[in-house]
Amino acid sequence: MRARVLIRPKAGILDPQGVAVERALPALGFEDVSGVHIGRLVELDVQDPSQLQAMCEKLLANPLIEDYEVQLLDGSQ
Amino acid sequence: MPEDTVALPSVEDALALGLTAAEYELVCEKQGRAPNVLELAMYSLLWSEHCAYKHSKKLLRTLPTEGPHVVMGPGENAGAVDVGGGLVCAFKVESHNHPSAVEPFQGAATGVGGILRDIFAIGARPIAVLDSLRFGEPSTARSRYLLDGAVRGIGHYGNSIGVPTVGGELYFEGPYEHNCLVNAMALGLAPADRLVRSAATGMGNVLVLFGASTGRDGIGGASVLASAELGADEDKRPTVQVGDPFEEKKLMECSLELLERGLLVSLQDLGAAGLTSSACEMASKGEMGIDIELAQVPLREPDMQPFEIMVSESQERMLCVVTPANVGAVLELCKKWEVTGTAIGAVTDTGQIRVFTGGELVGDMPVRALVDECPLYDLKPERPSQPIYPPAAAVLSGEESPTETLLALLASPNIASRRPVFEQYDAIVQSRTVRRPEQADAAVLALPDGGALAVSIDCNGRRVAADPYLGTIEATLECASNLACVGAEPLGTTNNLNFGNPEKPHIAWQLTEAVRGLAEACLALGAPIVGGNVSLYNEGAASGPIYPTPVIGMVGRIPALALCGRLGFVNEGDEIALAGACSSSLLASELAKLRGEILPDALAQFDLQAICATQRAVAQAVAAGRLQSAHDIAEGGLAVAVAECCLAGGLGASVTLEESGDPTTALFGEAPGRFLLSGATAQMELLAQEIPLERIGTVGSERVLLTAGQARLDCTLAELARAHGSLGALLP
Amino acid sequence: MKFGVLQFPGSCDEVDALQAARRVGDAELLWHGERDLRGADAIVVPGGFSYGDYLRAGAIARFAPVMESVIAFANDGGPVLGICNGFQVLCEARLLPGALLPNANLRFTFRQVKLEIANPDCAFTSAAAGAASLSIPAKHSWGRYYAEEHTLDEMERTGQVVLRYLPGHNFNGSLRDIAGVQNATGNVFGLMPHPEHAVDEMTGSTDGLRIFESMRLTVEGARA
Repeated sequence: MRARVLIRPKAGILDPQGVAVERALPALGFEDVSGVHIGRLVELDVQDPSQLQAMCEKLLANPLIEDYEVQLLDGSQ
Repeated sequence: MPEDTVALPSVEDALALGLTAAEYELVCEKQGRAPNVLELAMYSLLWSEHCAYKHSKKLLRTLPTEGPHVVMGPGENAGAVDVGGGLVCAFKVESHNHPSAVEPFQGAATGVGGILRDIFAIGARPIAVLDSLRFGEPSTARSRYLLDGAVRGIGHYGNSIGVPTVGGELYFEGPYEHNCLVNAMALGLAPADRLVRSAATGMGNVLVLFGASTGRDGIGGASVLASAELGADEDKRPTVQVGDPFEEKKLMECSLELLERGLLVSLQDLGAAGLTSSACEMASKGEMGIDIELAQVPLREPDMQPFEIMVSESQERMLCVVTPANVGAVLELCKKWEVTGTAIGAVTDTGQIRVFTGGELVGDMPVRALVDECPLYDLKPERPSQPIYPPAAAVLSGEESPTETLLALLASPNIASRRPVFEQYDAIVQSRTVRRPEQADAAVLALPDGGALAVSIDCNGRRVAADPYLGTIEATLECASNLACVGAEPLGTTNNLNFGNPEKPHIAWQLTEAVRGLAEACLALGAPIVGGNVSLYNEGAASGPIYPTPVIGMVGRIPALALCGRLGFVNEGDEIALAGACSSSLLASELAKLRGEILPDALAQFDLQAICATQRAVAQAVAAGRLQSAHDIAEGGLAVAVAECCLAGGLGASVTLEESGDPTTALFGEAPGRFLLSGATAQMELLAQEIPLERIGTVGSERVLLTAGQARLDCTLAELARAHGSLGALLP
Repeated sequence: MKFGVLQFPGSCDEVDALQAARRVGDAELLWHGERDLRGADAIVVPGGFSYGDYLRAGAIARFAPVMESVIAFANDGGPVLGICNGFQVLCEARLLPGALLPNANLRFTFRQVKLEIANPDCAFTSAAAGAASLSIPAKHSWGRYYAEEHTLDEMERTGQVVLRYLPGHNFNGSLRDIAGVQNATGNVFGLMPHPEHAVDEMTGSTDGLRIFESMRLTVEGARA
């Protein structure tokens, strides 16, 4: 099964990449943008989707500093 | 050759691949028939300017390449000089200009990756990288984008692989706006008996490809692209090659361990034109043939055509020749380093390169025709009758006070501190770096025998544009001056000739004059050329040619590491001296640029031998520990040099120029072969007996004071530092 | 006294660490794929980009076979020093509290930094007693130390904050200017600056040597 894991910095942790992009957008004429955060996207095929949470906790994300969200892509849509 | 069921490519296809109609005819003649797609692709790459040097080879043959220290000269992946203690230093500079103009981060990163592979391909462990960068004026967003991307890319690759970036140069000039220059130089060390060549020898030996898998990246990339003016044909933009420094780190360690264990007959990296170029070069040097089975090549994408596999420029790959008995051990070691290794072919005695897919012969070409028989072209040089380059926009009127002028020069993009750039590079990994950037004119790297290597890279393209012959001599002298300031005398030279379209007479003239100057300077310095690279067609239809930019890299040796020189003033009360005979001139100077003056059509003459003698005397004085500091007087002249020595040492200075004449020229004029020295009075008196030397002041006041005739310049260190720190704004 | 210096495929500063350790004792490299620590009395997890650092710095390295042994060694009270990427690996392995995030300036930055010794009595700084500050180079792009506020309070209270950047030297934006921390039992220490690059006047300073000397004193003190 195809799965997608979205990983983003935990709320409240300084995200300098997000800040830099948020600052750059108005300079390009995109006003009123806020709350920009930059994370990572991991896509993978798994036999057993119930393992995804453990994978995230152990390797794909660092729960101390990152939140993650698992999306299953096949069949579920 | 089996009957090809697919239609053979036409002469139009050959033209689209960059060959001329006459060259296509010649290919047919060499083959005895029309080439198929695979063959034509391979010919077009190996007969491109990038691989065949067809417009520069005849000129390059005029360069001096032999000397007592040279261990490996041009023709191998890198040159090498003997540095004593049983060690050789391999070094080379290479350009990645066009890829960097398309995508600066990956272009610069893969440029570093490529030059590092050249170094470890001859068996040397890379110990340092230097970068030589040129962009348009930083007032444009494009220049700042390219600068930021290239610097990040160089850092990303060098920092990740554990090779320090120890020095470099950076210029901003209008003519580089559309054709930036990204040249990278690397140095490596090897035991003298472990250097390996790339010649494929031994009939029946096995060809092993190892490293990253082969994808479609860079197909028709560097080779074809490097021969076409950017903008002329947008479709020539290739898939950008993406670098993976982690893969290269493993590849490097694996290659060095393979050599250390004596498992390889020869080794070659895959650069421009990928497998085509490396396999053919190896076969050509060994005067052998090679059979390649493409079904064995690990692919990143399925369904790649044979020609795509042969020309792919996927990064981080090496090719080696191994005796059949050692194949198992080689593949085993690849496994240890988590590098994919595959036997893909064999050395033959056919003199042909034969390409198979699943046993079927799909290409068959004489190696000699591919590698050695590309037609070479004579240049038709003609001195331009009128100026080629427009003057830069004036930022100074000429009405400024000397102090204002100095601060403007220190803040100008070509002179301001490079700290915001070099702070993005790891300069100290491997624990050899004795002089970090801005501590001395040349980088200094410790050798195990108590000596040290000194290395510098330099070229002021604007001065070469004014006078390609003298300007190139100056650039070469500048490198030697930088070495002298740390106490080193040169051992060997590498170069990267960055020019416009050589088929145009005025560019041909620039190139011819520059090579003439380079040859003469290298001879005078006793620093032969051990390798180099050529990057032509650096011009756009609308933007015109770049400044002719023969980037010079030079390596020297310092006898005793502990005595290597520094540029900053050290002690209050030390005497300051100006060494060197040349009288300075404002022609083509940094100040002339800031004033918006048009380039002159010649530089001031100078005495080459006298400058070499001054350099030797300075180098020996530094190496003997007789001087406290030494700095080459370059862009911005004496006043800027004094300011730089003050800033580096955190000390002021008081300097008076007795000599009459124009004070502005005395303070800000430029000339080769001049040094600003500091040390004890007795040492200055001694040195004055050897070389032209004028004692002009003392180190140590709180302020920086310079007097020249009626002109008086007075400012604080803090004011100088503020001006010198202006580059930070470009890299927020 | 013998140091074991780990070597991952992407290690960069392992030879520098090896040479630095050899200035105070014996040292050898330990390959990431092996579990045998070869009788090392102290472990150094060196700098570099252990496995390319493609997911998060140190995230993959912490599962290397050699790390199983290092974790057991640390849990047994053995001294472990993590430098730069090694610090990141120790945090990922939960041997040290907190995490390292991308520098606030978003760039790889190489700078000589001045450090205050916040805990002069620990196993890694005892030989630096009396030094007003340490001058050691730092070079990284993921060096911003982060831990939750209550964790930071607790660490400060118990002496787990070992080194701090002096004012003007915290270029990476670390919370509370933290440059180096130890675990609660005081036998595992990680720092972002590179002490192995400050062991020789010719190449900079010798302040980093104090860290290695402290480890030697600790090991030999435990034996005596």
